[in-house]
Amino acid sequence: MKTQEIKVCVMRVGGTNCDAETARAFQELGAQAEIKHINELAKHNNLLDYNMLVFPGGFSFGDYVRSGVIFARSLNTKLGKQMKQFIDENRPILGICNGFQILVEYGLLPGFEGTSQYPEAALTTNVPQGFKCKWIYLKNENKGKCLFTNKIPQGKILKIPIAHGEGRFLFPVEKEKQLLQKLIDNDMLVFRYCDENGVPANGVYPTNPNGTYYDIAGICNKEGTIFGLMPHPERAMYWWQEPDWTNKTHMTQYGDGKIIFENIINHLKNP
Amino acid sequence: MKYAAKIEVSLKPGHSNPEGETIAHLLKELNYQVERVDVSKVYTVTLEATTLVEAKVKAEEMSKRLLANPTKDNYTIDIVEQ
Repeated sequence: MKTQEIKVCVMRVGGTNCDAETARAFQELGAQAEIKHINELAKHNNLLDYNMLVFPGGFSFGDYVRSGVIFARSLNTKLGKQMKQFIDENRPILGICNGFQILVEYGLLPGFEGTSQYPEAALTTNVPQGFKCKWIYLKNENKGKCLFTNKIPQGKILKIPIAHGEGRFLFPVEKEKQLLQKLIDNDMLVFRYCDENGVPANGVYPTNPNGTYYDIAGICNKEGTIFGLMPHPERAMYWWQEPDWTNKTHMTQYGDGKIIFENIINHLKNP
Repeated sequence: MKYAAKIEVSLKPGHSNPEGETIAHLLKELNYQVERVDVSKVYTVTLEATTLVEAKVKAEEMSKRLLANPTKDNYTIDIVEQ
Protein backbone atom coordinates (compact mmCIF):
# COMPACT_ATOMS: atom_id res chain seq x y z
CA MET A 1 0.00 0.00 0.00
CA LYS A 2 1.25 3.49 -0.80
CA THR A 3 1.41 6.05 2.01
CA GLN A 4 -1.26 8.24 0.42
CA GLU A 5 -3.65 5.25 0.31
CA ILE A 6 -3.48 4.68 4.07
CA LYS A 7 -6.73 5.76 5.72
CA VAL A 8 -6.59 6.63 9.41
CA CYS A 9 -9.76 7.19 11.45
CA VAL A 10 -9.37 9.57 14.39
CA MET A 11 -12.48 8.90 16.45
CA ARG A 12 -14.01 11.60 18.60
CA VAL A 13 -16.94 12.24 20.92
CA GLY A 14 -17.88 15.26 23.01
CA GLY A 15 -14.88 16.19 25.16
CA THR A 16 -12.21 14.86 22.78
CA ASN A 17 -9.74 17.69 22.22
CA CYS A 18 -6.56 16.33 20.61
CA ASP A 19 -8.18 15.08 17.40
CA ALA A 20 -6.94 17.86 15.09
CA GLU A 21 -3.25 17.64 15.96
CA THR A 22 -3.37 13.83 15.93
CA ALA A 23 -4.87 13.82 12.43
CA ARG A 24 -2.31 16.43 11.35
CA ALA A 25 0.59 14.22 12.48
CA PHE A 26 -0.57 11.47 10.10
CA GLN A 27 -1.30 13.96 7.31
CA GLU A 28 2.17 15.47 7.70
CA LEU A 29 3.59 12.06 6.86
CA GLY A 30 1.40 11.68 3.79
CA ALA A 31 -1.42 9.44 5.06
CA GLN A 32 -5.13 10.27 4.84
CA ALA A 33 -6.48 10.99 8.32
CA GLU A 34 -10.12 11.79 8.96
CA ILE A 35 -11.73 12.94 12.19
CA LYS A 36 -14.99 11.08 12.67
CA HIS A 37 -17.59 11.31 15.42
CA ILE A 38 -18.63 7.93 16.80
CA ASN A 39 -22.26 8.55 15.75
CA GLU A 40 -21.20 9.26 12.18
CA LEU A 41 -19.36 5.93 12.02
CA ALA A 42 -22.34 4.12 13.55
CA LYS A 43 -24.73 5.77 11.09
CA HIS A 44 -22.67 4.94 7.99
CA ASN A 45 -21.43 1.60 9.31
CA ASN A 46 -18.03 2.36 7.76
CA LEU A 47 -15.34 1.83 10.39
CA LEU A 48 -13.93 -0.95 8.25
CA ASP A 49 -13.15 1.54 5.45
CA TYR A 50 -10.11 2.53 7.53
CA ASN A 51 -6.74 0.84 7.87
CA MET A 52 -6.09 2.19 11.31
CA LEU A 53 -8.03 3.64 14.24
CA VAL A 54 -6.89 6.27 16.74
CA PHE A 55 -8.48 7.36 20.01
CA PRO A 56 -6.97 10.79 20.68
CA GLY A 57 -6.55 12.64 23.95
CA GLY A 58 -9.11 14.77 25.74
CA PHE A 59 -11.77 14.43 28.37
CA SER A 60 -14.36 12.30 26.64
CA PHE A 61 -17.82 12.63 28.20
CA GLY A 62 -16.31 14.99 30.78
CA ASP A 63 -14.37 12.11 32.41
CA TYR A 64 -17.61 11.20 34.19
CA VAL A 65 -17.63 7.96 36.22
CA ARG A 66 -13.97 7.19 35.29
CA SER A 67 -11.81 8.59 32.49
CA GLY A 68 -12.57 6.79 29.24
CA VAL A 69 -15.22 4.39 30.53
CA ILE A 70 -18.27 6.04 28.95
CA PHE A 71 -16.57 6.27 25.54
CA ALA A 72 -15.53 2.62 25.88
CA ARG A 73 -19.04 1.38 26.72
CA SER A 74 -20.60 3.58 24.04
CA LEU A 75 -18.14 2.23 21.50
CA ASN A 76 -19.05 -1.32 22.40
CA THR A 77 -22.76 -0.58 22.11
CA LYS A 78 -22.63 1.42 18.87
CA LEU A 79 -19.75 -0.16 16.98
CA GLY A 80 -19.13 -3.45 18.79
CA LYS A 81 -19.42 -5.72 15.74
CA GLN A 82 -17.22 -3.50 13.56
CA MET A 83 -14.71 -3.14 16.37
CA LYS A 84 -14.51 -6.92 16.74
CA GLN A 85 -13.82 -7.39 13.04
CA PHE A 86 -11.29 -4.52 13.08
CA ILE A 87 -9.46 -6.18 15.98
CA ASP A 88 -9.74 -9.73 14.58
CA GLU A 89 -8.16 -8.53 11.32
CA ASN A 90 -5.25 -7.12 13.36
CA ARG A 91 -5.77 -3.60 12.06
CA PRO A 92 -3.72 -1.26 14.27
CA ILE A 93 -5.37 0.76 17.04
CA LEU A 94 -3.66 3.59 18.91
CA GLY A 95 -4.85 5.25 22.12
CA ILE A 96 -3.19 8.44 23.31
CA CYS A 97 -3.80 9.64 26.91
CA ASN A 98 -7.61 9.54 27.18
CA GLY A 99 -7.40 7.10 24.27
CA PHE A 100 -5.22 4.79 26.40
CA GLN A 101 -7.81 5.03 29.20
CA ILE A 102 -10.53 4.08 26.68
CA LEU A 103 -8.58 1.02 25.49
CA VAL A 104 -8.05 -0.16 29.08
CA GLU A 105 -11.70 0.39 30.04
CA TYR A 106 -12.87 -1.40 26.86
CA GLY A 107 -10.78 -4.43 27.88
CA LEU A 108 -8.45 -4.22 24.85
CA LEU A 109 -5.37 -3.46 26.95
CA PRO A 110 -3.61 -5.34 28.31
CA GLY A 111 -5.88 -7.99 26.78
CA PHE A 112 -3.83 -10.95 27.99
CA GLU A 113 -6.41 -13.40 26.62
CA GLY A 114 -7.96 -11.16 23.97
CA THR A 115 -10.62 -8.57 24.74
CA SER A 116 -11.65 -8.93 28.39
CA GLN A 117 -15.26 -8.52 29.53
CA TYR A 118 -14.18 -6.24 32.38
CA PRO A 119 -11.02 -4.09 32.66
CA GLU A 120 -7.90 -5.99 33.71
CA ALA A 121 -6.06 -2.82 34.72
CA ALA A 122 -6.81 0.81 35.54
CA LEU A 123 -5.46 4.27 34.79
CA THR A 124 -6.34 6.29 37.82
CA THR A 125 -5.62 9.39 39.93
CA ASN A 126 -2.01 10.60 39.84
CA VAL A 127 0.20 10.30 42.91
CA PRO A 128 0.92 12.98 43.94
CA GLN A 129 -2.57 14.10 43.08
CA GLY A 130 -3.07 16.77 40.42
CA PHE A 131 -3.06 17.43 36.71
CA LYS A 132 0.48 17.17 35.35
CA CYS A 133 1.39 18.96 32.12
CA LYS A 134 5.13 18.67 31.49
CA TRP A 135 7.86 17.18 29.31
CA ILE A 136 9.13 13.79 30.40
CA TYR A 137 11.48 11.09 29.12
CA LEU A 138 10.41 7.66 27.94
CA LYS A 139 12.51 4.57 27.36
CA ASN A 140 11.52 2.04 24.72
CA GLU A 141 11.46 -1.32 26.50
CA ASN A 142 9.79 -3.25 23.71
CA LYS A 143 11.72 -6.00 21.95
CA GLY A 144 9.82 -5.67 18.67
CA LYS A 145 6.26 -6.91 19.30
CA CYS A 146 4.60 -3.49 19.19
CA LEU A 147 3.80 -2.39 15.62
CA PHE A 148 4.06 1.26 16.65
CA THR A 149 7.62 1.03 17.98
CA ASN A 150 9.21 -2.04 16.38
CA LYS A 151 11.74 -0.06 14.34
CA ILE A 152 12.67 2.12 17.30
CA PRO A 153 15.83 0.68 18.89
CA GLN A 154 15.28 -0.92 22.29
CA GLY A 155 16.55 1.46 24.94
CA LYS A 156 15.96 4.57 22.81
CA ILE A 157 14.97 7.58 24.91
CA LEU A 158 12.20 9.89 23.69
CA LYS A 159 11.28 13.33 25.03
CA ILE A 160 7.51 13.78 24.84
CA PRO A 161 5.02 15.75 26.96
CA ILE A 162 2.29 14.44 29.25
CA ALA A 163 -0.95 16.21 30.21
CA HIS A 164 -3.20 14.21 32.52
CA GLY A 165 -4.63 13.86 36.00
CA GLU A 166 -5.34 10.13 35.81
CA GLY A 167 -2.34 8.36 34.35
CA ARG A 168 -1.32 5.98 37.13
CA PHE A 169 -1.40 2.52 35.59
CA LEU A 170 -2.17 -0.26 38.01
CA PHE A 171 -3.07 -3.92 38.19
CA PRO A 172 -5.13 -5.56 40.97
CA VAL A 173 -2.87 -5.41 44.05
CA GLU A 174 -3.01 -9.15 44.71
CA LYS A 175 -1.85 -10.00 41.17
CA GLU A 176 0.39 -7.06 40.26
CA LYS A 177 3.77 -8.88 40.24
CA GLN A 178 2.36 -11.85 38.35
CA LEU A 179 0.68 -9.64 35.72
CA LEU A 180 3.75 -7.43 35.34
CA GLN A 181 5.81 -10.54 34.64
CA LYS A 182 3.23 -11.62 32.05
CA LEU A 183 3.42 -8.18 30.45
CA ILE A 184 7.22 -8.41 30.20
CA ASP A 185 7.28 -12.08 29.12
CA ASN A 186 4.78 -11.40 26.29
CA ASP A 187 6.72 -8.28 25.19
CA MET A 188 3.70 -6.08 25.91
CA LEU A 189 5.61 -3.49 27.95
CA VAL A 190 6.47 -0.61 25.59
CA PHE A 191 7.42 2.63 27.37
CA ARG A 192 8.63 3.37 30.90
CA TYR A 193 9.29 6.79 32.40
CA CYS A 194 13.02 7.43 32.87
CA ASP A 195 15.48 10.28 33.32
CA GLU A 196 17.28 11.92 30.41
CA ASN A 197 20.01 9.24 30.58
CA GLY A 198 17.52 6.38 30.40
CA VAL A 199 17.70 5.38 34.06
CA PRO A 200 14.22 4.15 35.09
CA ALA A 201 12.37 6.43 37.49
CA ASN A 202 11.82 3.53 39.95
CA GLY A 203 8.64 5.18 41.11
CA VAL A 204 10.35 8.40 42.17
CA TYR A 205 8.54 11.67 41.43
CA PRO A 206 8.91 13.76 39.27
CA THR A 207 10.77 11.41 36.86
CA ASN A 208 7.80 9.12 37.33
CA PRO A 209 5.21 11.90 37.07
CA ASN A 210 2.10 10.10 38.29
CA GLY A 211 3.04 7.20 40.59
CA THR A 212 2.40 4.64 37.86
CA TYR A 213 3.30 1.03 38.65
CA TYR A 214 6.77 -0.01 37.41
CA ASP A 215 7.05 3.43 35.69
CA ILE A 216 4.65 2.16 32.99
CA ALA A 217 3.80 4.82 30.40
CA GLY A 218 2.67 2.64 27.47
CA ILE A 219 1.75 -0.97 26.74
CA CYS A 220 0.52 -3.03 23.78
CA ASN A 221 -1.66 -6.13 23.45
CA LYS A 222 -0.14 -9.55 22.97
CA GLU A 223 -0.39 -9.29 19.17
CA GLY A 224 1.34 -5.88 19.23
CA THR A 225 -1.48 -4.35 17.16
CA ILE A 226 -3.13 -2.26 19.89
CA PHE A 227 -0.99 0.33 21.65
CA GLY A 228 -1.84 2.83 24.37
CA LEU A 229 0.35 5.47 25.98
CA MET A 230 -0.25 8.37 28.35
CA PRO A 231 2.27 10.84 26.77
CA HIS A 232 1.26 12.82 23.68
CA PRO A 233 3.51 12.09 20.66
CA GLU A 234 1.39 14.45 18.51
CA ARG A 235 2.52 17.30 20.77
CA ALA A 236 6.16 16.44 20.01
CA MET A 237 5.80 16.26 16.24
CA TYR A 238 7.53 19.49 15.18
CA TRP A 239 10.59 21.38 16.38
CA TRP A 240 8.50 24.39 17.32
CA GLN A 241 6.53 22.36 19.85
CA GLU A 242 9.66 21.68 21.89
CA PRO A 243 9.97 23.75 25.10
CA ASP A 244 13.56 24.89 24.56
CA TRP A 245 13.48 25.81 20.88
CA THR A 246 14.15 29.51 21.51
CA ASN A 247 17.48 28.66 23.15
CA LYS A 248 18.82 26.70 20.21
CA THR A 249 20.34 27.88 16.97
CA HIS A 250 19.89 24.58 15.14
CA MET A 251 16.84 22.39 15.54
CA THR A 252 15.85 19.24 13.74
CA GLN A 253 12.67 19.63 11.69
CA TYR A 254 10.71 17.16 13.80
CA GLY A 255 10.38 16.20 17.45
CA ASP A 256 10.64 12.78 19.10
CA GLY A 257 6.94 11.98 18.69
CA LYS A 258 7.23 11.65 14.91
CA ILE A 259 8.95 8.27 15.08
CA ILE A 260 5.80 6.59 16.49
CA PHE A 261 3.57 7.81 13.62
CA GLU A 262 6.28 7.04 11.08
CA ASN A 263 6.73 3.53 12.46
CA ILE A 264 3.07 2.55 12.08
CA ILE A 265 2.80 4.14 8.62
CA ASN A 266 5.83 2.12 7.51
CA HIS A 267 4.20 -1.02 8.85
CA LEU A 268 0.97 -0.33 6.95
CA LYS A 269 2.97 0.30 3.78
CA ASN A 270 4.90 -2.96 4.15
CA PRO A 271 2.97 -5.26 6.49
CA MET B 1 -42.47 -1.14 40.43
CA LYS B 2 -40.03 1.71 40.92
CA TYR B 3 -36.87 1.20 42.99
CA ALA B 4 -34.00 3.43 44.08
CA ALA B 5 -30.64 1.68 44.01
CA LYS B 6 -27.90 3.37 45.98
CA ILE B 7 -24.60 2.10 44.55
CA GLU B 8 -21.49 3.11 46.46
CA VAL B 9 -18.13 2.65 44.73
CA SER B 10 -15.01 2.82 46.88
CA LEU B 11 -11.30 2.01 46.55
CA LYS B 12 -10.20 -1.53 47.34
CA PRO B 13 -7.81 -1.77 50.29
CA GLY B 14 -4.15 -1.74 49.35
CA HIS B 15 -4.39 0.87 46.60
CA SER B 16 -3.00 4.40 47.01
CA ASN B 17 -5.61 6.91 48.09
CA PRO B 18 -4.29 10.28 46.85
CA GLU B 19 -7.65 12.06 47.03
CA GLY B 20 -8.29 10.97 50.63
CA GLU B 21 -4.72 11.84 51.65
CA THR B 22 -5.01 15.32 50.12
CA ILE B 23 -8.30 15.94 51.95
CA ALA B 24 -6.89 14.59 55.24
CA HIS B 25 -3.87 16.87 54.87
CA LEU B 26 -6.08 19.92 54.43
CA LEU B 27 -8.35 18.97 57.32
CA LYS B 28 -5.25 18.78 59.54
CA GLU B 29 -4.27 22.25 58.36
CA LEU B 30 -7.73 23.36 59.46
CA ASN B 31 -6.83 22.01 62.94
CA TYR B 32 -8.91 18.83 62.89
CA GLN B 33 -7.42 15.70 64.43
CA VAL B 34 -7.94 13.52 61.36
CA GLU B 35 -6.41 10.07 61.06
CA ARG B 36 -7.62 9.07 57.59
CA VAL B 37 -10.09 10.02 54.88
CA ASP B 38 -11.58 7.52 52.44
CA VAL B 39 -13.44 8.80 49.40
CA SER B 40 -16.25 6.99 47.62
CA LYS B 41 -18.78 7.83 44.94
CA VAL B 42 -22.49 7.25 45.42
CA TYR B 43 -24.83 6.78 42.45
CA THR B 44 -28.55 6.79 43.19
CA VAL B 45 -30.25 5.07 40.28
CA THR B 46 -34.03 5.11 39.95
CA LEU B 47 -35.14 2.11 37.92
CA GLU B 48 -38.13 0.02 36.95
CA ALA B 49 -38.22 -3.68 37.87
CA THR B 50 -40.93 -6.23 38.54
CA THR B 51 -39.39 -7.45 41.82
CA LEU B 52 -36.74 -6.42 44.32
CA VAL B 53 -34.60 -9.36 43.19
CA GLU B 54 -34.71 -8.19 39.56
CA ALA B 55 -33.83 -4.65 40.66
CA LYS B 56 -30.80 -6.03 42.54
CA VAL B 57 -29.66 -8.03 39.52
CA LYS B 58 -29.89 -4.94 37.31
CA ALA B 59 -27.99 -2.78 39.82
CA GLU B 60 -25.32 -5.47 40.07
CA GLU B 61 -24.94 -5.47 36.27
CA MET B 62 -24.70 -1.66 36.17
CA SER B 63 -21.94 -1.75 38.76
CA LYS B 64 -19.92 -4.37 36.90
CA ARG B 65 -20.43 -2.98 33.41
CA LEU B 66 -19.95 0.72 34.11
CA LEU B 67 -19.69 2.10 37.61
CA ALA B 68 -16.82 0.07 39.11
CA ASN B 69 -13.49 -1.08 37.70
CA PRO B 70 -12.76 -4.42 39.42
CA THR B 71 -9.03 -3.70 39.31
CA LYS B 72 -9.35 -1.07 42.01
CA ASP B 73 -12.98 -0.67 43.09
CA ASN B 74 -15.36 -2.34 45.54
CA TYR B 75 -19.05 -1.59 45.43
CA THR B 76 -22.09 -2.01 47.67
CA ILE B 77 -25.75 -1.85 46.63
CA ASP B 78 -28.65 -0.76 48.78
CA ILE B 79 -32.13 -0.89 47.21
CA VAL B 80 -35.42 0.51 48.42
CA GLU B 81 -38.86 0.39 46.83
CA GLN B 82 -40.24 3.82 46.00
